[in-house]
Amino acid sequence: MPGSVYTPTDYFQIDDLLTDDHKIIRSAIRDWVDRSVKPVIEQACQEHKFPVYLLQEMGELGMFGPFIPEKYGGAGLDQISYGVIMTELERGDSGVRSAASVQSSLVMYPIFSFGSEDQRMKYLPGLASGKMIGAFGLTEPNHGSDPGSMITRIKDMGDHYLLNGAKMWITNSSICDIAVVWAKDDEDIIRGLIVERGMEGFTAPETHNKWSLRASVTGELVFDNVKVPKENIFPAIQGLKGPLMCLNSARYGIAWGAIGAAMDCYDTALRYAKERSQFNKPIAAFQLTQKKLAEMVTEITKAQLLAWRLGVLKNEDRATPSQISMAKRNNVNMALEIARESRQILGAMGITGDFPIMRHMMNLESVITYEGTHDIHLLITGHDITGFEAFHQ
Amino acid sequence: MSTVPDTTTKIRFAGDGTAFDVTGVQWIINPWDELSLTRALQLKEESNGAIEKVTVISVGLKETEPVIRKALAIGADEAIRIDTAPLDAYFVAKQIAGSIKDDGFDIVLCGIDSSDYNGSLVGGMLAEFLGIPSVSSISALNIENGEVSVNREIDGGKEVLSVELPFVAIIQKGVALEPRIPSMRGIMMARKKPLNVKAPVEADSLTEMISFEQLPAKAACKMVEEDNVKELVDLLHSEAKVI
Ligand SMILES: Cc1cc2nc3c(=O)[nH]c(=O)nc-3n(C[C@H](O)[C@H](O)[C@H](O)COP(=O)(O)OP(=O)(O)OC[C@H]3O[C@@H](n4cnc5c(N)ncnc54)[C@H](O)[C@@H]3O)c2cc1C
Repeated sequence: MPGSVYTPTDYFQIDDLLTDDHKIIRSAIRDWVDRSVKPVIEQACQEHKFPVYLLQEMGELGMFGPFIPEKYGGAGLDQISYGVIMTELERGDSGVRSAASVQSSLVMYPIFSFGSEDQRMKYLPGLASGKMIGAFGLTEPNHGSDPGSMITRIKDMGDHYLLNGAKMWITNSSICDIAVVWAKDDEDIIRGLIVERGMEGFTAPETHNKWSLRASVTGELVFDNVKVPKENIFPAIQGLKGPLMCLNSARYGIAWGAIGAAMDCYDTALRYAKERSQFNKPIAAFQLTQKKLAEMVTEITKAQLLAWRLGVLKNEDRATPSQISMAKRNNVNMALEIARESRQILGAMGITGDFPIMRHMMNLESVITYEGTHDIHLLITGHDITGFEAFHQ
Repeated sequence: MSTVPDTTTKIRFAGDGTAFDVTGVQWIINPWDELSLTRALQLKEESNGAIEKVTVISVGLKETEPVIRKALAIGADEAIRIDTAPLDAYFVAKQIAGSIKDDGFDIVLCGIDSSDYNGSLVGGMLAEFLGIPSVSSISALNIENGEVSVNREIDGGKEVLSVELPFVAIIQKGVALEPRIPSMRGIMMARKKPLNVKAPVEADSLTEMISFEQLPAKAACKMVEEDNVKELVDLLHSEAKVI
């Protein structure tokens, strides 16, 4: 029974730093990606369609909220397990990984961390199993990098809140059953609340014509006088800190995920370079190709070490938001650079859908923008090391 | 169940070519054994409690435990590891027979071969040592109303047999569609399942590895124009020396 030809990169024997469980998890997700994602994802992207049924399979295998305790339907795994899952999913496609990031870190994580016990019991098991799909609404048409200036509002009406506003660029929007939405209350304090599909005045149109994350649903969340029951607000969090804590969890996963896309590109380019001959030589025998490939494996190795160390810190609850920013920024940029270089190694073949590289490259253009842009993360590091905040002039 | 190198492993031999170099090798469940396990679990689920448990047994050193854990994560109820290196088929069959002969099993499923050494010997030998029948090349294994039937691949068709318990089922392709992927919960639960380590029984190995050789590297491919039959025949005769 032939497996896939994919050979994962482990130049520094980083595998030795993983536990047996981490390796079993990795092989499980890798097998699933080979079986369920790889065969369909290219066509799904070409057709700009997210294979929604994958969410069900992902739920059954436990890929949603793996770090959520078993009591709420999660698997109670550690943060490195979560990272390993993300790497393997993103080797398949950043869109599939995005769906898992949103569900796990941006929907399940806040419900678990800020939600009431009733909210946890009501939503988490359904989300974990993939029977319920979640979205996370923070970004607005006019407030992206600066979400603190959001204008979406809730008004206290005594027995319920009235929600008005619009969110944009929201992953899973048109397929979501619930959305975790961030809005300002009557005192201008950012609050989080759970909005359910079917609530009157809530619509979620899809955004079409993307050249990136084509196998992922992106869209708007529009709230026109939506009555939200009071029990749907998160009791345990106020202010921008709420959404930022969610983003920390998701960004951490992305730092691991991007490595998967990078490894898929590198592996493809390495194999191609050894097989493709020009001027009577495999192109891998030319110094310029070797420079590209050698730099790729070096960058992947650095990214793996960064992610692993961040995972250890996260397991010990010591990872700072700035460390997470650095890892997200470095690793996504690394993956995008590797996708671009790999595509060149494949020459004209690199632009076709016969290979995964161009798809990864286009996907990564979103990944380098969402969850804090490349430049915003640099400003976070800058702020951290200098003490000067450079977001506002 | 045996532990074998992942199918994408680059095979290298250590030193003087008498041993397989295991550096950097990723180990997996032998694919046929994984299919056997999948079918065993399906049968258990379909049996409404008639099948009490599925046990995996493996002969190997401690390093094989992660792979055995994966079998538990996939759904086996318990595992036995016989703590010794699997020297050859005779030795392995002796170990398994020694360990399970008093265990009251109904069916022993084993893969038709292991994807590393391709010996195809353990199943038959095991049945012999246990004094029970074996059926080889099984492509379907079914239990209906307590009756066990198997399909065997034979030349030009298939053979359907009904079998008495206990027996050794030697499994090949077809018995299950695809191996099962363990869920994250299954992986967590596997930690709590028993993995019993047993001491090996006294047994000889009957073979000795003298040397391993790599396949010769593939030569470059030569293209012959489709209407140039003469050149093709000449090449097959003078270069490839096959006609
Ligand atoms: C496919 C996709 C899916 C997404 N999914 C979600 C989701 O599920 N939920 C959600 O809430 N959001 C989501 N987003 C939104 C994403 O988080 C935002 O796009 C991102 O935060 C950037 O905001 P913006 O697009 O408004 O860009 P802007 O904030 O307008 O930034 C434009 C450019 O200006 C730069 N810039 C901004 N401020 C500064 C500054 N102070 N100094 C220097 N440069 C600056 C940025 O770095 C960037 O290069 C998604 C986006 C995409 C593309």
